[in-house]
Amino acid sequence: MTSDLPPAYTALMRHPMMPRTSHDEAARFNFLTHFNRYVSGTLGRGNQLAYDARVLPAFRAEHGRDPQHRDEIREGMNRDPFHRTWSALKRNSMEMRQMNGRQAVLRQLDALDAQARQYNEHSGQLELDSGIVQPEYQTCVDIHCQPGGYHGEERPGDVTVGANYDVGLFATTGGALGALNDGGGQAVVAWAKANRPGWSPGRILDIGCTIGHNAVPIAQGYPDAEVTAIDTAAPSLRYGAARAAGLGVRNIRFVQANGEDLSRFADDHFDWVQTTMFLHELSAASLPRILREAYRVLKPGGLMLHVEQPQYGPDMPLFEQFMRDWDAFNNNEPFWSAMHGVNMEQAMEEAGFDQAEQFSVGVRAVVDPSIFPPSPDGASEDYGRAAIWNAYGAWKPARAQEMAA
Amino acid sequence: MTEGRDWIERSGARAKGRRPAFFDEPAVDRLYSLTLALASELSATRERLDTVERLLEAGGSLRREDVEAYAPDRATGHERGEATRAYIARIMRGFQQEVEAMEHPDPPIMDVVEALTRP
Repeated sequence: MTSDLPPAYTALMRHPMMPRTSHDEAARFNFLTHFNRYVSGTLGRGNQLAYDARVLPAFRAEHGRDPQHRDEIREGMNRDPFHRTWSALKRNSMEMRQMNGRQAVLRQLDALDAQARQYNEHSGQLELDSGIVQPEYQTCVDIHCQPGGYHGEERPGDVTVGANYDVGLFATTGGALGALNDGGGQAVVAWAKANRPGWSPGRILDIGCTIGHNAVPIAQGYPDAEVTAIDTAAPSLRYGAARAAGLGVRNIRFVQANGEDLSRFADDHFDWVQTTMFLHELSAASLPRILREAYRVLKPGGLMLHVEQPQYGPDMPLFEQFMRDWDAFNNNEPFWSAMHGVNMEQAMEEAGFDQAEQFSVGVRAVVDPSIFPPSPDGASEDYGRAAIWNAYGAWKPARAQEMAA
Repeated sequence: MTEGRDWIERSGARAKGRRPAFFDEPAVDRLYSLTLALASELSATRERLDTVERLLEAGGSLRREDVEAYAPDRATGHERGEATRAYIARIMRGFQQEVEAMEHPDPPIMDVVEALTRP
């Protein structure tokens, strides 16, 4: 067996809320899993080749200089026949992933909705608030080309978008997140345990949790902690809370709330505030508000950690910036480009964390190597969806009197 | 089953946000959607065939004439019809969503990108 082949879709763990897939539905996801890896790996390098061979020489001939911004590269590449083809393949793969997932989910929606209601009524782990307004950055386009985004309903009270997100994430990530699609959350736990051994956080807040696939492993990793997972989108929370209950994870609550206004939580309430692949789905106006609120509700001595793609700094080649930008213009992630141009050190400083308290670290997805192959990395990285992430963190300084005590 | 809803039609819902045009000729974009979906379906069929072969090899038998003479009963016929309809909806998604996009046009994605970029 070749070690770098993705596992079969049926290797995913069938937790109780996971939509059931027929033979052919699983086979379609198998196709897309392999196809995505082929497009990002085998075909992906053709973009650099096309740039070097055609786009850059043409730009130099026209302008008498090299490109000075990633947008100039994008304009040239969008006229290049190879990049057009590659983009069409990648976009269609995402659209097919959505349709295949939705066919599986929608044909069994009655059963999924009933099961979610049953779990949520009995577990008490779901708290919805109909007063929460969906922010514009969630409604202006459907993120990841998922019809309905994270918040849309096929019918009142349903779980379609949450179930669809879960059932197809395997294909999108090429199987790189493990049997429960939770390799990202497991990575965060592994990092925290290695860097603060013996730490026992009492209250953990996960902002922008969607279906909780990153928050649940944190709750499992710290079973004595109370985890609060918030999101603005009720359909994702309904599915996520039922998913957690079905997995037997009880120390987590799913609460409908907006990270821009955490006034329901007192100052210094949490030992740990976490976001995982969330910041790029915001807007320039909301990002600083969320960082400020995160700082406020964080206890002195507590941890704030944001797993996010690296910034487009001067050290990153313009061509790589352009490649990483693809999702902003082709995968309905309109803040992606701007977010990765934000100076995160400065943004976190403005939220209250001195630069001396900040750190940046790489966290690697943790998956079971007996079932799942090693995560792709290095040259074969799929810029939007790699299983190795950058994380921005800070420990909030303990107050002077507490440090003395 | 999902009562009272046309799940096949809804499975092809278009994501909000104007779709990028990758080629100068829109028909080429549509052909990519169609061809890729067909590729996926053939892949699934090959996988299914492999399943049948493995099951047969592991302990069963199958007569070719039985395959030729097979006539589904009413319930099976309905299941197959629905599967065929779902199949057509999958491979025709690009065209169907283009119609939806003409009915409900979105602003260019660049407008949204710029709007969200402003603090």
